Amino acid sequence: MTIERKFKIGKPILEVKNISLSFGGVKAITDTSFDVLEHEVRAIIGPNGAGKSSMLNCINGIYKPQQGTVSFKGKEIPNITPNLMAQMGLSRTFQNLALFKRMSVLDNILVGRKLHTKTNFLEVAFQLPKVKKEEKINRERSEEIISFLEIEDIKDTPVGKLPYGLQKKVELGRALATDSSVILLDEPMAGMNVEEKRDMCRFILKVNDELGTTMVLIEHDMGVVMDISDRVVVLDYGKVIGDGTPDEVRSNQKVIDAYLGVEH
Amino acid sequence: MKPVFMTYTKKDLINLAVCMVLSVLIIPSFITTEYWYTSILIPWLCLALATIGQQIVMGYTGQLALGAAGFMAAGAFAMFNLILRVPDLGFVGSLIVSGLIAAAFGILFGLPSLKVRGIYLMVATLASQFFIIWMIDKFGWFKNYDSSGIITAQDIVILGKPFTTPLAMYFVCLAVTTVLTLLAMNMARGSTGRNWMAVRDMDIAAESMGVSLLRTKVQAFAISAFYCGVAGALFAFCYLKSLEPVAFDIKLSFKILFMCILGGLGTINGAFIGAAFILLFPVLLNAIGNNVFHGAIDATIISSIEQVIFGGLMIIFMIYEPLGMAKLWENIKQKWKTKIPSSTNLKSSLGKKT
Repeated sequence: MTIERKFKIGKPILEVKNISLSFGGVKAITDTSFDVLEHEVRAIIGPNGAGKSSMLNCINGIYKPQQGTVSFKGKEIPNITPNLMAQMGLSRTFQNLALFKRMSVLDNILVGRKLHTKTNFLEVAFQLPKVKKEEKINRERSEEIISFLEIEDIKDTPVGKLPYGLQKKVELGRALATDSSVILLDEPMAGMNVEEKRDMCRFILKVNDELGTTMVLIEHDMGVVMDISDRVVVLDYGKVIGDGTPDEVRSNQKVIDAYLGVEH
Repeated sequence: MKPVFMTYTKKDLINLAVCMVLSVLIIPSFITTEYWYTSILIPWLCLALATIGQQIVMGYTGQLALGAAGFMAAGAFAMFNLILRVPDLGFVGSLIVSGLIAAAFGILFGLPSLKVRGIYLMVATLASQFFIIWMIDKFGWFKNYDSSGIITAQDIVILGKPFTTPLAMYFVCLAVTTVLTLLAMNMARGSTGRNWMAVRDMDIAAESMGVSLLRTKVQAFAISAFYCGVAGALFAFCYLKSLEPVAFDIKLSFKILFMCILGGLGTINGAFIGAAFILLFPVLLNAIGNNVFHGAIDATIISSIEQVIFGGLMIIFMIYEPLGMAKLWENIKQKWKTKIPSSTNLKSSLGKKT
């Protein structure tokens, strides 16, 4: 990636320090630390059950790790909840699609605008002018995202009726609508065909390039990961076994062992 | 494709105009029998209003709650006491305050929704039903120490004018229902409604988008109870014309639940369709019994048949059309319109994409 970037990679925006998470006797993550720099595309890879999704859930506040801390924008966050992280500017998508199935594509993306909606329910009930103004801004922004993702023709369709690949796109759109500075993507390309994957990569890079959004993504397809990410962290059995640029990771013996297996 | 800015389309305004002309001009000029007002139209409006309340909490926010009649009782008795003790408030003022009192109960009994869900929440919300009725029965103050058990409701007086004829009461109910329905539609279609539905469809994702589960659920319970409270006050003052806790028993809660489900979960117009169906169906059955079979079928059998048919319908709707009669109506309209290209366009473009 030699092209000049509009948003230069900066200081760490998200730091994970010594996180340990266990479910009963099962240790999902053990003493894991890594950081994410501002404006970069950071990938988390690893074999199945390596603790990648658990890691995202810890960062986002869905799981509470037994040990360790998460720092966001230079602040250590003690009582981390999904809501708090959203307010601080961290949005995410989910591995098994967590869309609002009975709502239309446009409505799903509009929910992403929640934190930019300041009017309360009484003001909405009486449709005060400021509600209309705010709704107009939110709708315009949502329409922008919809045309950016090239899903204009399905915007009024209930999300539950859409095929998988499109649902993944809508979920990305919803995360984008929050205008967050960091977006966590949990397997954004799982179950997609080559063409859809290429599309998704294009969107992720375009968002990163045009808006400077920091992207943290989990992905299985090594080719994809090596192509689009600036730095990669490799987890195996809940531990970091490699961290660095794609090239560094590719030549790391531990990573090769984890992926290809070791001869005994 | 141009962005849609308005909450209301032209079609909505036409629908509203048709409904208003029908209810304000046509019904009063063609229906003159008191029976229609006192036994069908007034309870229909009151129960439809309560069903909107149930819709907000159950259809939109997805919280299984079963205590609508309890909140209605709270609203009705609050109204009675307010008119009795704070006459300066006036009818409309008392109606709003009694709605707010019911809303306070709604917040209290909505709190369990933060910890329990589904059928367990339903059991928890049953507490509101029993607690409110028990409270009214236990403390004589609420009934103004009336020993007879049934209190006559005060006459409705708005700005010095009495509203005592069935037609006048119908207009009172109509005005209140219309205003509250419009407000509910604004909320349901606006950001408030989107938050409710987000919590219903996927709460963890909603939270990750910054929707507070605590606030949204409690808000939905409060608004729902407000609607039920106002509906209860109207139900007691315009329909029953008396106040007794027994009128707001669990059966009424179930009735409202059925109206909500049969009408169509998550729709405002479904509340009106469901309420009309549940109210009119027994009337229709009775009419058939009397006119077709000339009383050959016993009245008790007819009411049993009614229960059987309701039960059957509930099962059929749950299996084949969980979104109820409102959705059925939409489908019928859609079938009429199949020749219009907009829907086929959508399908072909979808096909291309996938």
